[in-house]
Amino acid sequence: MADDALVIGHRNSEWTGIGPMLEEDLAFSSMAQDKIGHAQALYEILHTHLGLADADSLAFRREEKEFRCCHLVEYPIGEYDFSLLRHFLFDHAEAVRYQALASSSFAPLAHLSAKVKGEIKYHVMHANAFLRQLAAGTEESRARMQSSLNRLWPLAQSIFESYEGEKDLIDAGVYPGEVILKERWAAAVQAVVESAGLKMPASEADGLGGRQGYHTEFLSPMLLEMTEVVREDPEAIW
Amino acid sequence: MVSETVFQGIDPVLIPVLEQVKDPEIPALSVLDLGMITGARAGDSRVWVEMTPTFVGCPAIGMLKSQIAEAIINAGYSECEVEVNLEQPWTTDRISARGRAALEKFGLAPPPRMEGEELTEEMLDRVRCPHCGSSDTTLRSAFGSTLCRAIRFCFSCKQGFEQFKPV
Repeated sequence: MADDALVIGHRNSEWTGIGPMLEEDLAFSSMAQDKIGHAQALYEILHTHLGLADADSLAFRREEKEFRCCHLVEYPIGEYDFSLLRHFLFDHAEAVRYQALASSSFAPLAHLSAKVKGEIKYHVMHANAFLRQLAAGTEESRARMQSSLNRLWPLAQSIFESYEGEKDLIDAGVYPGEVILKERWAAAVQAVVESAGLKMPASEADGLGGRQGYHTEFLSPMLLEMTEVVREDPEAIW
Repeated sequence: MVSETVFQGIDPVLIPVLEQVKDPEIPALSVLDLGMITGARAGDSRVWVEMTPTFVGCPAIGMLKSQIAEAIINAGYSECEVEVNLEQPWTTDRISARGRAALEKFGLAPPPRMEGEELTEEMLDRVRCPHCGSSDTTLRSAFGSTLCRAIRFCFSCKQGFEQFKPV
């Protein structure tokens, strides 16, 4: 979850200064700030409660292989329709995940999730509004929405890839597991897609492996860029 | 006033001290009126403050922590510990009546009260233009110049304004 938030946050921030209009520049930049804040809070839970390294080390001093993000978040921003559809599919997944985790048996995560789910609502609201508007826009805008949806739907299912230890978390009441979250997510996505007059793609999941540390060719260059300052000056503060 | 949420769990002697610390992005509003302080206790020389962030990714938290500690030390205490946690999650309903008035005066439309309701798009429309008081306004963007603001436009006075987002 933390790696997904950090990587999509970094990708969203790549729209800063080049958004197709001022409001979208602000929206993607604000969502980037939220996501990186969520990543930091999750890394802090890992550090404080589960004995991992501190948040900065987890974010900036790990090898690509140690990251557990899904392939969906790794792709470059592409054209605006690609980033919009990725944000739509990813944030609906975040909404169901944080909703479920708000009643987690793991208290630190339950507290954080209760807070984050309120913030994610704005991300979902933003994605839904733009998807609906553009699906009802010109022939080109509608075609772009459908074609990016078709391309991203299989990749988005990589969010719910199973991983070692998932069953233990389900048994311990930490959360209901990926299968259930995926069902809730697919239903929420379908409702909006159909209300926008678009068609749900039928394709199966693609791009698995992220949860095991196998990534696309896009993650490594992104991490190199993200860690440029810390590699130059490990003691840098700001 | 004293029964308001913002004063719950806060030692009354610390209220005037905490009121001095303002939100760096909204200087009209103290951290206390914003509802960020969830607890504060004063011993003879030591003070313990508990606070909750408005947004998880709010970049002002580190700065506010040190400003709170500084205000406490300046008030004559020798030690101050400020802990940030999410045990009482912040919502816009925590903003005091005085805080809401300060927001409006500052030109930021105060958030509608949630009172346990789930956020809907319609809820964002329950707002008055802080310039002319009209309710004939529309949402331009759910994201604004800071994480807690949305951008709206008033059809009555034909001006853009910012809204404090309900969460």
